[in-house]
Amino acid sequence: MLKTLAHNIKGFVKESIITPLSMILEVIMEMLIPLLMASLIDEGVNTGDMNAILYYGGLMGICAIIGLFAGVSGAVFGAKASAGFAKNLRMSLFEKIQTFSFANIDKFSTAGLVTRLTTDVTNLQNAYQMILRMCFRAPVSLIVAMIMTFSINAKLASIYLIAVVFLAVVFTFLMKATYKYFQQVFDRYDDLNASVQENVTAIRVVKGFVREEHEVKKFDKAVNNLYKLFVKAENRMVSVSPIMMITTYACIIAISWFGATLIVGSELTTGELTSMLTYCMNILMNLLMVAMVFVMITMSLASAKRVTTVLNEETTIKNPENPDYNISDGSIEFDNVYFSYTEGSEKPVLSNINLSIKSGETIGIIGGTGSSKTSLVNLIGRLYDVSSGTVKVGGKDVRSYDIEKLRDEVSVVLQSNVLFSGSIFDNLRWGDENATDEECINACKLACADDFIQGFPDKYNTHIEQGGSNVSGGQKQRLCIARALLKKPKILILDDSTSAVDTATDARIRRAFKEEIPDTTKLIISQRISSVENADRIVVLENGEINAVGTHDELLENCDIYKEIYVAQTSGNGDFDQKGEI
Amino acid sequence: MPGPMGRRRNMGQGEKAKNPMKILGRLLGLIFKKNKIKIIIVFVCIIIGVLANVQGTLFIQTLIDSYITPMIGAENPDFMPLLMAISRVALFYLIGAAATYTSSRIMVYVTQGTMRDIRLDIFTHMENLPIKYFDTHSHGDIMSVYTNDVDTLRQMISQSLTQVFQSVITIVSVLISMISLSLPLTIINLVVISLMFFVTTKVAGRSGKFFTKQQNALGEENGYIEEMMNGQKVVKVFNHEKKSIEEFKELNDNLYTASYNANKFANMIGPINSQLGNVNYVICAIIGGLFALSGFWGFTLGGLVSFLSFNKSFSQPINQVSQQFNSIIMALAGAERVFDLLDEEVEVDDGYVTLVNAKYENGELKETDERTGLWAWKHTHQESGETEYRELKGAIVMDDVDFGYTDEKIVLHNVDLYANPGQKLAFVGSTGAGKTTITNLINRFYDIQDGKIRYDGINVNKIKKSDLRRSLGLVLQDTHLFTDTVMENIRYGRLDATDDEVIAAAKLANADSFIRQLPDGYNTVLKGDGGNLSQGQRQMLAIARAAVADPPALILDEATSSIDTRTEKNVQESMDNLMKGRTTFVIAHRLSTVKNSDCIMVLEHGRIIERGTHDQLIEQKGKYYQLYTGKTA
Repeated sequence: MLKTLAHNIKGFVKESIITPLSMILEVIMEMLIPLLMASLIDEGVNTGDMNAILYYGGLMGICAIIGLFAGVSGAVFGAKASAGFAKNLRMSLFEKIQTFSFANIDKFSTAGLVTRLTTDVTNLQNAYQMILRMCFRAPVSLIVAMIMTFSINAKLASIYLIAVVFLAVVFTFLMKATYKYFQQVFDRYDDLNASVQENVTAIRVVKGFVREEHEVKKFDKAVNNLYKLFVKAENRMVSVSPIMMITTYACIIAISWFGATLIVGSELTTGELTSMLTYCMNILMNLLMVAMVFVMITMSLASAKRVTTVLNEETTIKNPENPDYNISDGSIEFDNVYFSYTEGSEKPVLSNINLSIKSGETIGIIGGTGSSKTSLVNLIGRLYDVSSGTVKVGGKDVRSYDIEKLRDEVSVVLQSNVLFSGSIFDNLRWGDENATDEECINACKLACADDFIQGFPDKYNTHIEQGGSNVSGGQKQRLCIARALLKKPKILILDDSTSAVDTATDARIRRAFKEEIPDTTKLIISQRISSVENADRIVVLENGEINAVGTHDELLENCDIYKEIYVAQTSGNGDFDQKGEI
Repeated sequence: MPGPMGRRRNMGQGEKAKNPMKILGRLLGLIFKKNKIKIIIVFVCIIIGVLANVQGTLFIQTLIDSYITPMIGAENPDFMPLLMAISRVALFYLIGAAATYTSSRIMVYVTQGTMRDIRLDIFTHMENLPIKYFDTHSHGDIMSVYTNDVDTLRQMISQSLTQVFQSVITIVSVLISMISLSLPLTIINLVVISLMFFVTTKVAGRSGKFFTKQQNALGEENGYIEEMMNGQKVVKVFNHEKKSIEEFKELNDNLYTASYNANKFANMIGPINSQLGNVNYVICAIIGGLFALSGFWGFTLGGLVSFLSFNKSFSQPINQVSQQFNSIIMALAGAERVFDLLDEEVEVDDGYVTLVNAKYENGELKETDERTGLWAWKHTHQESGETEYRELKGAIVMDDVDFGYTDEKIVLHNVDLYANPGQKLAFVGSTGAGKTTITNLINRFYDIQDGKIRYDGINVNKIKKSDLRRSLGLVLQDTHLFTDTVMENIRYGRLDATDDEVIAAAKLANADSFIRQLPDGYNTVLKGDGGNLSQGQRQMLAIARAAVADPPALILDEATSSIDTRTEKNVQESMDNLMKGRTTFVIAHRLSTVKNSDCIMVLEHGRIIERGTHDQLIEQKGKYYQLYTGKTA
């Protein structure tokens, strides 16, 4: 884990070294000051030597200025190193995620990846800054102060040693106990926020069923639980400060008493006693600091783990060593294919699939929810790899092709599709970066999207909001189809991509496909009979197996499932969603 | 100690509160109101703690001058006075430590109590806000009130408040003590301190500016991350990886610069303050040394030592205040958003007609406590004070209704409709034609601009909203499930339903068989909005939930749209069972759902353009015919 993280310091190594050094220099200066102060009092004030006062005062001033520069340099370089570390981390993560296969993405979930890129990285940035600036400063400060006090008077200094050991033991104990509770607090807290989130998204259900009070009651209970846990955790935490105080005070009193006896016995000067007392706060505060750094690091460990698992994740789909860049045609062949999302799961999602599709054929795929229609087509563009058997495109195993080339030729319009913020042109050019305006418009005409785009005030320059929230479902689907068409693929796969488009427009799109891109192999997944009935062949899937393959008429004749769906949809055009040109 | 929750406080918006003093006042009022005695005790304790500390510092002066110096060179030094003095100081210290402990202990309850109250207040308030609020505010923004804003408050209440108070007390008491030691030195000290303060505010201001920049850059980058992660599969399909890395790199570099600058200045405050503090120390030492040597105003060596101690304890609280400054500003911005939410107007409900259980006695409708399955509207006329009972039947009439989400933009025009009890009414039309909007008016998610809606002859405005909604079952296109067992999710429809009733409802919705296949059957806990269920299964649970509520009227908004045709056939059957005897409003784009309706209404641009039964509409050869056949007439 450390190695993976350390790798991300690159480019900021210099800063990462200068920062702790500056901090140490600052600390040394800060330590020297009380020492000089003692000399100033003893040699200057006590003997009435104004020159000595000025001498030591001057030295102190110089120390303070050096300390200032060291401190500022620590501040600047610390900020730079940690900001740079975070920058590198985010970049590495983002780049890594870009190599992820669908299976990898599924594993981490979108929300999980977002958290890692945002919250976790910020946590690590803070922790790294803390480590650079405090991890060395505090212990060095502690050690230097101890050495100083020992050099003044070893007997008195041993009081501090006892105090430090005492506090270290108490803090370790306390932190452990508190940490456990805070861990619980965090979990509860996440649950609480999750339940708020639920309420926000499901507000219509809450209100529709008049469950406001019920929800408030539930929330009240959860909040009270959280309160109790929080109080428990914090009550342990608050004892830190009084323990600190008592120890400090005990030290002051002990030092005063023993110091007084030593002074009387002429073993100590008054100036030295003052210095001893000054170091008191220094030592104990730094100890607290060390404890804090420790806590910070422990707390960021979880983030570090989450980030490194992503960084160390191996993509499940890799480019072959000598990739083939030549895809001869759009024929597809499934040869004894089995597939499951997780290895070793009992029932494969797809089993015993044997299917041969000629280049330029139009294939309809129909079947109930969970019949694995999507899983089937996802194998063609190597979005997932088969568990056994082979999928061939253009007569060769898909795993032998260069992935980028393969995906350029196999264009999938995903079921859960998204548009990105940017103009319509920007979105279309995802399909082909260099597409001319003409080409974009042509693609939109094919996808029956041109009409409504022309209806927008800014036409093709209309800004699409994140996720395409400002266009209707049907419009979004047509834009996604146009985008996929711009790739000019050999194989085009529509995964339930016209479900929100009205029947008439759906038919127009299919007609356009037939006339304008006859050589492209087309796979159309749909719930609607009308979307597939004109296909060259229709594949009926049931529970991950091919139930029947044939033309519309053949299937009506001898496929019960198909017949059943057909009857359910009666005259075949039972869909009312008018094109959403509003 | 940085707040353990600090780790979450990274995505808050960077802007400052518009009226910080007012917000601060309101916040303090909120804290103080519920914790008067506690807060007073805390303040007293803090004062005691500070005084104990100050007297300890004062003691060092007396230690050297009054106890140690006289003993130096004495033949038989008498340690008794010293021992007495030390014991006294020790006692004070103990009291001080006890006071600190008490105050921080109490503050835990104050802080956490206030946090609890604020959370509960926000939540309760939120639950009572009209749907409109949720339409006009992004869910992310609402959530961030709970996560970011409330957390910044926690930090402020638990740390900043007490620390600022403590610092002020310390500064005042130290100042008094310093003056008592030497006025001229105090003045010199103050000059240096004000310089420190000046520099700090300058640097803090710089840092604040960059922090805002950082927040903006962070927001931008997070937005991009969210968008890209959501679209990651599309990125893969389009081989867009390199391009998105390039775009990301640019945003990432911006964030780096902003973050670097913000942290740079924030980090500087500490060392600048402490080194200026040291310079201050040196200046005081030299001048104080001169004073002591020349014996100005009776200034002594012990006095100088004490003074220098005070000098340290003077710059420390100032340091603290300046460090709390940023967190207070952030907390106030958070508090403002919390108060904004709390100031949103809640849904008004001035309805007085209520829904009660009823039974017929001698042909007369009577109110009863038991659940009879028969419901009545209890209508107490406002003028006469007479109470009238009217059986709940589910007759719904809309009379010339106009509606717009804002007064300026009317989206529904002159809608007339009447549904007799037990009738099924369907709405068809394009996305955005106003189908869902109409159903949202019946249960008063929104209030109409003009016209009347009557339920069993009663104006819905007179009906208590909660009772109105209780009488209307709701199944939406987007099913929402809660983190709880399947059983409880269905029971959501009627909280007092027995397990058997829940199972019966599940059977009605054809959900029973798949529920039994879940790992723990009905006790399977659903998480993340039922994410482990298929869309169709979730829809069935939603239907079961409506079924268990057993309402006289139903609103089905695209309830079966995500269920495939074959499954839908099964569900349709059970839905027909569910609809039997209930007035039902159906929005659907599937013919099978709509065809057997008593009346189908075709909506376009917020107007009903055609109405009639399926056969009538087909005969008309209008829009419905066109939609239905996919042909132009």
